[in-house]
Amino acid sequence: MRRTIQFRLNGEAVEAQVAPHETLVEVLQESFGLYGARESCGQGLCGCCTLLVDGTAVSGCLYLATLVEGREVASIEENPEPDAVQEAFVERSAFQCGFCTPGFVLMTRQLLDEHPDPDDDTIRHYLAGNLCRCAAYPEIIEAVKLAARKRRNPG
Amino acid sequence: MKRATQATETPQVGRSVPRLESWLKVTGKAEYVHNLRLPGMLYGKIFRSNIAHGRIKRIDVSAAQALAGVYRVVTGQDIRKIVPEPYYGPAFHDQPILALDKVRYVGEPVAVVLASDPHVAEEAVHLISAEYEELPAVYDEVEAMTSKAIVHDALKPAGTFPDLKYLKGKTNTNIALDFRLRRGDAGKALKGAERVFEHRFRTQQVMHTPLEPLVSVAESTERSLTIHTASQSPSFVRIEIARLLGWPENRIRVRVPFLGGGFGAKLYIKLEALVAVLSLLTKKPVKVSLTMEEQFFTITKHASTFRIRSGVTKGGRLVARDCEVWWNGGAYADIGPRVTQKSGFTAPGPYDVQDVSIDSYALYTNLPPAGALRGFGIPQLVWAYESHTDMIAREMGIDPIEFRRKNLLREGRPQATGTLMKDAALEKVLERLSVLMSWEKPIERGSGSIRRGRGIAIGFKACIANTTSLAAVNINADGSVTVYTSCVDMGQGSDTAMAQIAAEVLQVAAESVTVVHSDTDVTPFDMATLGSRSLFHSGNAVKLAAEDALQKIVQLKKELSLPADAAIADVFRKKYGMRAGSVTGTGSFIPPYTPPDENGQTDNATPFWMVGASGVEVEVDTETGRVKVTRLVNVADVGTPINPRVVETQLSGGAIMQLGFSLFEKMLFDEGGQLRNASLAEYKIPGFLDVPENIINEAVVAEQRNGPFGGKGVGETATFGVSPAIANAIHDAVGVRLTELPMTPEAVFMALQKK
Repeated sequence: MRRTIQFRLNGEAVEAQVAPHETLVEVLQESFGLYGARESCGQGLCGCCTLLVDGTAVSGCLYLATLVEGREVASIEENPEPDAVQEAFVERSAFQCGFCTPGFVLMTRQLLDEHPDPDDDTIRHYLAGNLCRCAAYPEIIEAVKLAARKRRNPG
Repeated sequence: MKRATQATETPQVGRSVPRLESWLKVTGKAEYVHNLRLPGMLYGKIFRSNIAHGRIKRIDVSAAQALAGVYRVVTGQDIRKIVPEPYYGPAFHDQPILALDKVRYVGEPVAVVLASDPHVAEEAVHLISAEYEELPAVYDEVEAMTSKAIVHDALKPAGTFPDLKYLKGKTNTNIALDFRLRRGDAGKALKGAERVFEHRFRTQQVMHTPLEPLVSVAESTERSLTIHTASQSPSFVRIEIARLLGWPENRIRVRVPFLGGGFGAKLYIKLEALVAVLSLLTKKPVKVSLTMEEQFFTITKHASTFRIRSGVTKGGRLVARDCEVWWNGGAYADIGPRVTQKSGFTAPGPYDVQDVSIDSYALYTNLPPAGALRGFGIPQLVWAYESHTDMIAREMGIDPIEFRRKNLLREGRPQATGTLMKDAALEKVLERLSVLMSWEKPIERGSGSIRRGRGIAIGFKACIANTTSLAAVNINADGSVTVYTSCVDMGQGSDTAMAQIAAEVLQVAAESVTVVHSDTDVTPFDMATLGSRSLFHSGNAVKLAAEDALQKIVQLKKELSLPADAAIADVFRKKYGMRAGSVTGTGSFIPPYTPPDENGQTDNATPFWMVGASGVEVEVDTETGRVKVTRLVNVADVGTPINPRVVETQLSGGAIMQLGFSLFEKMLFDEGGQLRNASLAEYKIPGFLDVPENIINEAVVAEQRNGPFGGKGVGETATFGVSPAIANAIHDAVGVRLTELPMTPEAVFMALQKK
């Protein structure tokens, strides 16, 4: 019972054949070859599957693909060149295995959009829904702060 | 990223080079098996046992097979068509690819549905039913010693380990290994001791929860098999699959890209034998990728019980220790017998004790199998001996650091095995921890319902021996450098470290070196990436290979009458008349080792020692029992850090992981052996709000003289001391002693009530 849906993906108009039970992560992987959002816990608790729908972070492993019809979806593959957040994550070694990293990067962008100069407490609470089993949490706090500085003072 | 060859005289070792694959990881482009799709691929979904122990009477797959879209349903009997004796395992050949005569734990794989749509396969799994004749089950490791419930009818040691051979064919027992160490006469010394202390400790069963769940893909032809797998041990996978199939190793290829975390979960055979046989049965590529829930039914960390008894002089000198440790290995041995022995021999702790007795038992029970998890059994042991040591010190009125100082193993002194301590900076680590904790100054004790305390603990670990690593280093015609190693980068940064080691020898920038990922058709043998062995073993092999390549270049320059400082590209151009050729250096490393005698004695138990200590300050809420770690200090001997930043992140990450095992992680089973919390909703791992705000990680100035450029492993070191340091701090704060993990608010509250 597939049907065609149209939406915008990383700035481009696209369409996909989706079944009612298919999640956004599945459709990005199977139809578009985008693997940056990953299913891990399968319950929307770890943040590895984080995607943005109309600019708001969602758990892509639970979010049904049919719901994005006519909407704007952004994934980690959105920007061809690394941004300040990605640079900061590299410079501060804010990851180890990297499996959770795209989710953290997307959440950090949303965090910095809302709080351009966040303190530790704001960062910890805002990112509390993303898990990192390698536990690079202290390094992520450093990276978020560095990214905030980079965004405030570009170049 | 710069990929050109850069000749340099800048030291490459000791530099905080960002991980080579950094950009791939932050852009979501790093390769994981998770991403892999092959044309015509089938997805396998597993039907699992819902009872803990029973004989299989009937498996009904007819409804599943009839579901539209199902390609095939496979049971253990089908596996036998490809592999007549389908039992695998690193220490015992005890684990069937799919259950055969019996099931031995809730969650054991019994059948697999294959379909090109994973949702169809999943739906069909629910249409399978099985009937069992239930058998009595045993769950507790101490009960398993004498239980009438016997998990395996006969023991089947793998034969690769000579010391397990005597267990072959043994019946009516759940003991998979009884390791014994005797040094002096602990019984006599305890009788004569001025003070004797005895305590009993427990640790709980927990799981690694790598965020990339276990996943393997196999593709095959009539005479070849390729396995793409998230594995920490590609060389072992190839050997074991070759043994199962009766094929030569050169027809089996095992490829491993990046791992989304490992922590010991992805060792030996996990899904590899299953996907291999499924692919050979169907002649199609097959992928099995577990859910987070299924990982809990695959591999876990040993629960354990440890009874420890110490004899002490009035002055606080430890004279004897008697240790009995029971390891809950679950239904299949995995590497449990090695944990029992290789960690077991450090059970008395890093102390200079004249008379020691150790009995360490690997036990089968009807729980999910247990294997290696970041420490190979050491955190369980340190939990007990460092809680015990603190209890002795506090009861005798001796400062806990002073007590340890008095008893610490010094350089050159014999450890319990008789092996002399070498390059183990125990004193330095303890003293540095004392300074960083400002131990001399009293702390603010709190008031009302919030009470403060502090505690420390120190542990050590021998590296597993004896194990082999090989490596190759290619110098290409343009002078660029490629490293070939089967060491697996699961996040610990080994690619970067190996590049730095090769770069240091060859005087090129580490960033310009390419490290080829494990591929058994390409990269040389490496025992496995486990137990903090790789920086030392693979690192030494890479160093030898780079030196060999360099030697060949020097030789070429001589032959071609080129000056010593000639550019490498010019050497090849002169030799071949154009840009052509390459030079390959090889390195093979196996450190010396002496197997222990019947009393566990050996003059060379390990190629190196790891030392880790932690100190914590806690706040205990006496109304709720909640423990908040306000400060966490981790100090370690990692030799000379090859990459200081990566070392720091490994120490920090290891300690935070152990914090989860200390305070809240626990697999909860009901009376029928059914796991009640197999999901991240009910099994909580540390998140941002669990991390202490104040963490310090430090590697003391040290050198591992037989390590590559003075380095040694660091992946597990910071896990050692965390749990007992917290227990010791809780006692310091509120005067109650916890002897079981995890130290939940409920446990602390109940202990406060009892007091």
